[in-house]
Amino acid sequence: MAQIDRDKLLDIYTRTMKVNRTDEKFRELLMGGKVAVMYYCVRGQELVSAAAMAALAKEDYVVCTYRGQGEQTAKGIPMEKWWGECLGKATGTCKGKGGTMHITDPETGIMVTTGVVGSGLPIANGLAMASQNNGDGRVTLVSFGDGAANIGGFHEAMNMAQLYKLPVVFLCQNNRYGEHTAYADHTDSPTIASRAAGYGMPGVTVDGNDVNQIYPAVKEAVDRARRGEGPTLVEAMCYRMMGHFFGSDFSYMPPEHIAEMKAEDPLPKLRKVMLEHQFTEEELDAIVADIDAQINAAVEHALAAPLPDTDEIYKDVLEETA
Amino acid sequence: MAQITMTQALNLAIDEAMADDPGVFCLGEDVSAKQGGGVFKVTSGLTEKYGEHRIRATPISETAIIGAAVGAALAGQRPIAEIMLMNFVGVCMDQIVNHAAKLRFMSGGQTPCPIVIRTTTGVGVGFGGQHSDMLEAWFAHVAGIHVVTPSNPADARGLMRASIDANDPVIFIENILCYGLKAEDPGPGYRVPLGKAAIAREGTDISIITYGRTVLDALAVADDLAKEGISVEVVDLRTIAPYDEATVLASVRKTGRALTLHEAVRPFGTGAEIAANIQEKCWDSLKGPVRRVGGTFSAVPFASHLEQAWIPNKGHIIEQIKASMGKL
Repeated sequence: MAQIDRDKLLDIYTRTMKVNRTDEKFRELLMGGKVAVMYYCVRGQELVSAAAMAALAKEDYVVCTYRGQGEQTAKGIPMEKWWGECLGKATGTCKGKGGTMHITDPETGIMVTTGVVGSGLPIANGLAMASQNNGDGRVTLVSFGDGAANIGGFHEAMNMAQLYKLPVVFLCQNNRYGEHTAYADHTDSPTIASRAAGYGMPGVTVDGNDVNQIYPAVKEAVDRARRGEGPTLVEAMCYRMMGHFFGSDFSYMPPEHIAEMKAEDPLPKLRKVMLEHQFTEEELDAIVADIDAQINAAVEHALAAPLPDTDEIYKDVLEETA
Repeated sequence: MAQITMTQALNLAIDEAMADDPGVFCLGEDVSAKQGGGVFKVTSGLTEKYGEHRIRATPISETAIIGAAVGAALAGQRPIAEIMLMNFVGVCMDQIVNHAAKLRFMSGGQTPCPIVIRTTTGVGVGFGGQHSDMLEAWFAHVAGIHVVTPSNPADARGLMRASIDANDPVIFIENILCYGLKAEDPGPGYRVPLGKAAIAREGTDISIITYGRTVLDALAVADDLAKEGISVEVVDLRTIAPYDEATVLASVRKTGRALTLHEAVRPFGTGAEIAANIQEKCWDSLKGPVRRVGGTFSAVPFASHLEQAWIPNKGHIIEQIKASMGKL
C-alpha cells in the first residue's frame, strides 16, 4: 500500500487526538459527577474513526451510531455545538433534543446518528442513492459495529448497495463485542468482511490499530465509490477498551483480552509512527495541548449555555410545528 | 373532463410531480416497466418516461427500501417508496417509526424527511390474514407522520400531489377495492391539502366520521336512511392523522350525534381516539354516546362468507345509527 504522506499523517494524528481527548474529558466529567448522561466510550477506537474521516472529503456524508463520538468530532462538528448537544443545551447541534445518541450536523456531513444497531446502513444507501441520482460526486460512509452485522438491515443494505453500485463505504468497527456479547458468542463467520463476497462486493479486513492499514483501506474504498465502482465493506479490527456504555459493568471481559487490547492500543502505536516520520515529541504534545484548550473552552461554554425552552417539546414534530 | 380511475389518478399525480421536480423518484418492489409497472399498475408507463434510476425496482427488502427513502430525503430528494402491501410495514417499522418520523424532531429541525410511503391493503378480496389489514392506527400513534387515504379518484390525485409536496413523511394508504373507482379527473396540478376533511354528504341527524373505502359504505347508508327520514352527514377525513378536528367537531356540534367507522379492528382504533376527543369537546352538544363501528377483533379470515362477516357492513352501521337515534 502507498505510504501516507506527512501532511495526511499529521491530519490523522490531530483528528485521533481530538477524539481521544474528547473521550477522556467526557469520562472525567461523568466521573466527577459534573454531568450525568448516557455516553458510549470510544477509547481504543479513536484511530479507526479519525483515519476514516480523514479519507473523506468535507462534503461527504456520514452515518454513525450511538458510539459515534469519533466520527462526529473527527469529521469536524464544532466543539461548542457538539458539547452543547451532549449536555442537553439549547446551543447544541440539535437544540438539546437529540442528545448523545442522536447527534446531527448536516453542515459537516453528519447526517444521522442512530441509536438502533444496524439501522444506519439502509439510510446510508439512500444518501448515496441521492448522490447517484443527482451526480453530486459525494460518497457516504456508514460506521457500525460487529454486532450490527447480524441484523437484517445489514444484509438488505449490502445487497441493495451492490445491486445499484451505490457510492457508499460500509465501515465495520469490529471491536469484538456486540453490547456485552463477545464476537465468538454471536458470530461464527471468521470475519465480517468475508460476508461481502456473498453480495458480490469487495470486502477487506484490516488492523484498525495500524494507521498504515486502516487509512489506505478506507481511502481506496472511498476512491472506488467516487469513481462509480460501487460499495466496499471495510472491517477494521479494533478494541473497545471500556464497557458498552460509561459506567456499565465489563467484568465479562476476560483479563487476557484486556491485556491483549492494552498491547494493541492504537495511540502509542500512532505516536511511534509520527516520531518515525520526524515529528518531535514537542510538536505532538503541543497539538494535544491545543486540542485540550479547545475542548476545555467548549465544555465551559456548554456548561454555561442555556437549557432549551420547554416549548421545544411541541416544535419540529411536523413542518407545521417548526 | 375525462373520467379516470383511482389507479390513473395516482399515476397522473406521480407523473406530474416527477416532471416538475427531478428530485422526485419512486422505489419499491416490481415498480418498473420490466416488472409491469407495479402489481397494481400505479407506476405503469413512468419508467419509459423517467428511466430506471427514477423508477427503481428493488429487491424484496422493505427495510432497505424505507432506509433508502429516508437517506435520499435527508439529501434533499423526494422519494416515493412503495410497500406493496400494508402488512409488510411490519418488516420496516424501525425505519419508519424510529427514523423517518423522528429525524426532524431529534435533529432540532435540521433534517426533515419528506417521503411518501405508498401502500395497498383492503378487506374483501380474499387475501387472508397477512395481506388485508388496515394498520393506520399504528402510524397515527406516532408523532411526525401524516397518514392519508383517499376514497375517490379526485382526492387520490389531489392527496398524492400534496403528499409529495409535504416536507414530512406520509403514509399513503390505497384500498385495493378503490383502484377501479371512476370519477371526473380534477386535472393537472390539482391538490387536496393534507389535514383537511371533506363533508362527503351533508346531513342533520348524525355525523359518520370515516375515511377510505368505508366512505362508500357510509354514503350508501345515508341513501338508505334518507328514505326513513334519517339525515346522515358523512365526514371523509382524507387525512387520518393529524386529522381535521375543526371540521369533525363542527359537524358533531351541528348534528348532535356521531359514529366513527373504519375497516380496521375496533379496539384501540382511530375511531376510539376521535370518539374520546368528541366526547371531551362536544359534550354539551351530544344527544348520546359516540358510537364506534370497526372490523372484528381477530385476524382477517380467508373464506368469503367469513370475511364478509368480519368486515363492518351496512347492517352494522345502520344498527348503530338507529340505536343512537333511539329507533331500535
